[in-house]
Amino acid sequence: MTVIENDEKTMKTSKPLGKEQALEFYSMMMLIRRFEEAAERLYQRGIVRGFLHTYIGEEAIAVGAIPNLREDDYIIGHYRDHGHALARGLPPRTAMAELCGKATGSSGGKGGSMHLFDIKRHLMGGHAIVGGQFPLAVGMALGLKMKGELDSIVMCFFGDGAVQEGEFHETMNLASLWNLPIVFMLENNLYGMGTEVNRSNAAGQNIYSTAESYQIPAVQIDGMDLIQVRETVIEGISKVREGNGPVFIESMAYRFHGHSMADPSNYRDNEEVEEHRSRDPIDRFRTVCIEEGLLTDADVSRVNEEIDSTIQDAVEFAEQSPAPAPEALFTNVYSKPDTNQ
Amino acid sequence: MAKALREALDTDDRTFLMGEDIGAYGGPYAVTRGFLEDYGEERIRDTPISEAAFVGAGTGAAMIGMRPIVEIMTINFSLVAIDQIVNHAAKLSYMSDGQISVPLIIRTVTGGGAQLAATHSQSFENWYASVPGLRVVVPATPYDALGLFRSSRKDNNPVIFAEHSLLYRVRGEVPDDYYEIPLGQARIAREGEDVTLVSYSGMVRVAEESAAKLAENDISAEVIDLRTLSPFDLETVVRSVRKTNRVAVIEETWKTGGFSGTIASDIQEAAFDDLDGPVLRINAPDVPAPYARNIEQAMIPSSDWVVEAITYNFGL
Repeated sequence: MTVIENDEKTMKTSKPLGKEQALEFYSMMMLIRRFEEAAERLYQRGIVRGFLHTYIGEEAIAVGAIPNLREDDYIIGHYRDHGHALARGLPPRTAMAELCGKATGSSGGKGGSMHLFDIKRHLMGGHAIVGGQFPLAVGMALGLKMKGELDSIVMCFFGDGAVQEGEFHETMNLASLWNLPIVFMLENNLYGMGTEVNRSNAAGQNIYSTAESYQIPAVQIDGMDLIQVRETVIEGISKVREGNGPVFIESMAYRFHGHSMADPSNYRDNEEVEEHRSRDPIDRFRTVCIEEGLLTDADVSRVNEEIDSTIQDAVEFAEQSPAPAPEALFTNVYSKPDTNQ
Repeated sequence: MAKALREALDTDDRTFLMGEDIGAYGGPYAVTRGFLEDYGEERIRDTPISEAAFVGAGTGAAMIGMRPIVEIMTINFSLVAIDQIVNHAAKLSYMSDGQISVPLIIRTVTGGGAQLAATHSQSFENWYASVPGLRVVVPATPYDALGLFRSSRKDNNPVIFAEHSLLYRVRGEVPDDYYEIPLGQARIAREGEDVTLVSYSGMVRVAEESAAKLAENDISAEVIDLRTLSPFDLETVVRSVRKTNRVAVIEETWKTGGFSGTIASDIQEAAFDDLDGPVLRINAPDVPAPYARNIEQAMIPSSDWVVEAITYNFGL
């Protein structure tokens, strides 16, 4: 596998990035990185169980994209969702508690790692069924249009594996046909679990061309470059808010760890992993910001310490929180009926 | 059903309809004829043939506060969307621990007997009834259809509202005054003393015909119309069984895995000492539906089967 190069498909606009934002974004990426590492340690200790899919290496996508959304916009995605949730503001304590199956988690421990929901923040999951989120994104966008919330949008995250599901194609068709306000964010990390993308997609790894066949404007960018992600997403969001239908942004990325904690990664070699690690999005962003005078070494140290402390606190909180009460097994299977209407 | 839908559209701005051929075509069973002209194409949305996408879209719209009514042309095609129904609509409230609700009504046509062959003649209400998080509503009369639909709208949960294709032509009294029928409340369609016949949807007629035939032999049958499978009104059934001591469950779908099995088991757990004999299950044999009329008719439970089974098993 070769390292993905930038090509002329990138958007060449530049959106000014100040010191405050540089700090915010660096901090957010470090938060995600350290959170994921802590989650893995908890998994190894048997405290986080089931499936755990970490976002390590892909932080630039969530952090490049999500801060550009408004409160009234909606986010939905797949099971590799901790990065999105944290970028959207879900407190680390609440997220970690959910991963640990505690009553203080975002779903009271009933969803787990793959199902992080926070309706106040319009964070609509976290979905474990590959491609299951696509029709939901269509529906949310349709609902926004019908409510007359005409410049609110939906950001839908998915991976290179999900584009193989029929629901992807149905969704592309419907979103385009009905001019729905969706930013489709493909996180192409080159592997659908253990299957390399060229072995399962007839169109190969350049999936954005598939979106174009549905009349949806599409680009492919370097998802390990926060600045490029941010610039592209800002353009994309603005286009979608104009009401001209969806856009499709393919971010080429790489996950440094396995598909999940259960994955020994037999399908890729260490050399390849190391090659991509040399493009670590956090290292790159930090380096550029320091060069541009947006961050100092002191800033970096301070942020690193703060994050370490935040994560430690989150882990302690999660470990010390209680498990769900036995009655919780039976609650919220159904919503309550209207008392008025 | 047209009245039910118009009422929904007229009284709730959040409601809109989605489905194949509901607009320009007027609906495959003509339920929505005239709706497109009256309500416009924003609220009466013809969809592409993409059940998974438009059922999931119904869920997504419901998640953010709309109250869509999605039509799946027949319950056979719901299989294409079953992931969205079972894994998403039914589970979002639970997995979000109550943050999200899915007030989505999925109307769909069920039942066989029209020589549409194996893939177009099935009834899957029993499958959906076993999924926590779903409601399954199976009206057998026009009065019940309207009353149950109103309650379904208020329930705030994903509802499979199954309309039996052969019941569209049934006529019945529907008052102008407003009324509702709560979910989970069975109806005694006919009172009786000697045997209880439990049925739902298209089989209620069969139960009633059976009761009429049994009456000719002085056997008094009580007919229960379940009206909803989820929630399921076991109490009404058990109360009847305690009175009659004999019960047969009549259901159109295959015997193996039929909801009649659950009902039979629940009855014997609750009222074993009141039973004078086994709970009879009268279902289709475990075969796909054929096209040819004679053999298709031979697989659909009829009043003759019911009468024979009761006479044979209960010695009445």
